[in-house]
Amino acid sequence: MTLGLLSRQRWRIATALSAVMTLVYFGFVLLVAFDKPLLATLIAPGLSLGVLLGALVILAAWILTWYYVRWANAHLDRRVSEIRAAGPPA
Amino acid sequence: MNSASLLGTPNPTAIGFFLSFVALTLVITWWAARHTRTTEEFFAAGRRISGRQNGFALAGDYMSAASFLGIAGLVSTSGFDGLIYSTGWLVGWPVVLFLIAEPLRNLGRYTFTDVVSFRLRQRPVRIAAAIGALAVVSLYLIAQMVGAGNLIKLMFGLSYETAIVIVGAVMLAYVLFGGMIATTWVQIVKAALLLGGAALLALLVLAQFGFNPLRLFAAAAGRYGAGVLAPGKLISSPWEAVSLGLALMFGTAGLPHILMRFYTVPDARAARQSVFWATGLIGCFYLLTFVLGFGAMVLVGHDAIVAVDKGGNMAAPLLAEVLGGKALLGFIAAVAFATILAVVAGLTLSGAAALSHDLWVSVVRRGEAPHEEQLKVARMASVLLGVLAVALGLLFKGQNVAFMVGLAFALAASGNFPALVLSVYWPRFTTGGAVAAIVTGTVTAAVLICFSPTVQVDILHHEHAWFPLKNPALVSMPLAFAVAVLVSLAAPEPAARAAYAAKEQRMILGEP
Repeated sequence: MTLGLLSRQRWRIATALSAVMTLVYFGFVLLVAFDKPLLATLIAPGLSLGVLLGALVILAAWILTWYYVRWANAHLDRRVSEIRAAGPPA
Repeated sequence: MNSASLLGTPNPTAIGFFLSFVALTLVITWWAARHTRTTEEFFAAGRRISGRQNGFALAGDYMSAASFLGIAGLVSTSGFDGLIYSTGWLVGWPVVLFLIAEPLRNLGRYTFTDVVSFRLRQRPVRIAAAIGALAVVSLYLIAQMVGAGNLIKLMFGLSYETAIVIVGAVMLAYVLFGGMIATTWVQIVKAALLLGGAALLALLVLAQFGFNPLRLFAAAAGRYGAGVLAPGKLISSPWEAVSLGLALMFGTAGLPHILMRFYTVPDARAARQSVFWATGLIGCFYLLTFVLGFGAMVLVGHDAIVAVDKGGNMAAPLLAEVLGGKALLGFIAAVAFATILAVVAGLTLSGAAALSHDLWVSVVRRGEAPHEEQLKVARMASVLLGVLAVALGLLFKGQNVAFMVGLAFALAASGNFPALVLSVYWPRFTTGGAVAAIVTGTVTAAVLICFSPTVQVDILHHEHAWFPLKNPALVSMPLAFAVAVLVSLAAPEPAARAAYAAKEQRMILGEP
């Protein structure tokens, strides 16, 4: 794999994950802005939908972080060492 | 119970805990000073901090007293609304990981300005970015120092001025003698103490509710109405919500003191691991503060919290007093003091790097300064920043500075973040584009804040604010991106375009 290809692959993953994080968070913020009664719905005694979704935003941040680190540790680092081993590009 | 509160009276336990913390960190500083002989050690801890250690230090740098006392307080008075801040401050971290951390480590040496100016003309970009960095650092310093003075007065019974001078002197000792090595370890110790203290308090709270947070929330809803579990008054309009969200989410990726920490690790892989740890720790911390806020709401009570401090900032210490008496109050008060010291040290070091590395060495001396001079200027800049921090703290005494953390995030998201991300990923970005982005973002955000309801209505007590939003990021951040792109396309810079391939190689592979 060439450096340019690897760079583009990293860019695609980085922007895709950033977009997911942005959608998740702004989805939550827009619900806060537009549909307060919905978020006030009680799912269980002491648990409103808003509190549950807020906790899920934190969980989503953890999962996305974990996913990227796993991909980069396994894939990105190996490709980088392969390219380095192949010697300096002309 | 409020009448029996020991807050504001000199508390021997608190002073004992605090003096132990200062003694421990000064021993660390003494040890670090023996390993601080080069500029690389002074600003980047010799790049020998591990990923996990840096994760703790990032968390220690980021979890300020504003987020510990402020969010616990906001939750204790408004319930759910605290989550809007907590989640916003957390979701900035994955963005730092995906877009910024690794390229930053591979392309720069001490400051984020290194990366913005990498293939552009050094002097104009350095000047603009250093000013952007110093603006953010100064605002953050004001918020921290004024907060420190008020809190210490409330918690230890010391005078405001004494508190400011103590914070300034101890913090300067860390930075001046121990540089980044001491600062890093102070932040690690502080992160462990703060997380440990918050976890202990949360356990004690939950123990009263059968270790079930839902029973705690239900008790709060039973006493203050179900409204505490639903969005309240914090977000008044959809535009306001989006604007605040933008500043919180993208501000983290433009904070100079946070970005600087990525240079303390050996390589990009360690930079990545450090965000992994930081995100985990900070997420836990915000979940804990949510429990603490509700704990204070139920066990201390609204009226008692607001009676001590209108903003609710004393909710966590009051909760500690109810749960564990004088000893626990003393411990939590000392942790809050330690928190401020660690954050202020990180800010001072990043301001010193902007002054000495970006402005003196790169602009004035054009990168040709001898080694001893670089270290000397770095230390002089630290003293200058330390004095500035104390002066700002004294100058803004009694002012409402709560909005300044928000402003710092808005400036970081509008002034620093667009230039940083475009310089890393957009081949056609130019010197003019970078300068225009930083100037437009910083100036627009600052001016709009001045005309916002926060300043016009809340502080100056005018009837009406010319700009409707409390947070300017919705306007200033897209504007900075747009101006950057337009200026770069209008006047292409072939040399910068040609240098992108080399930059891309180094961004992925690291230093040759």
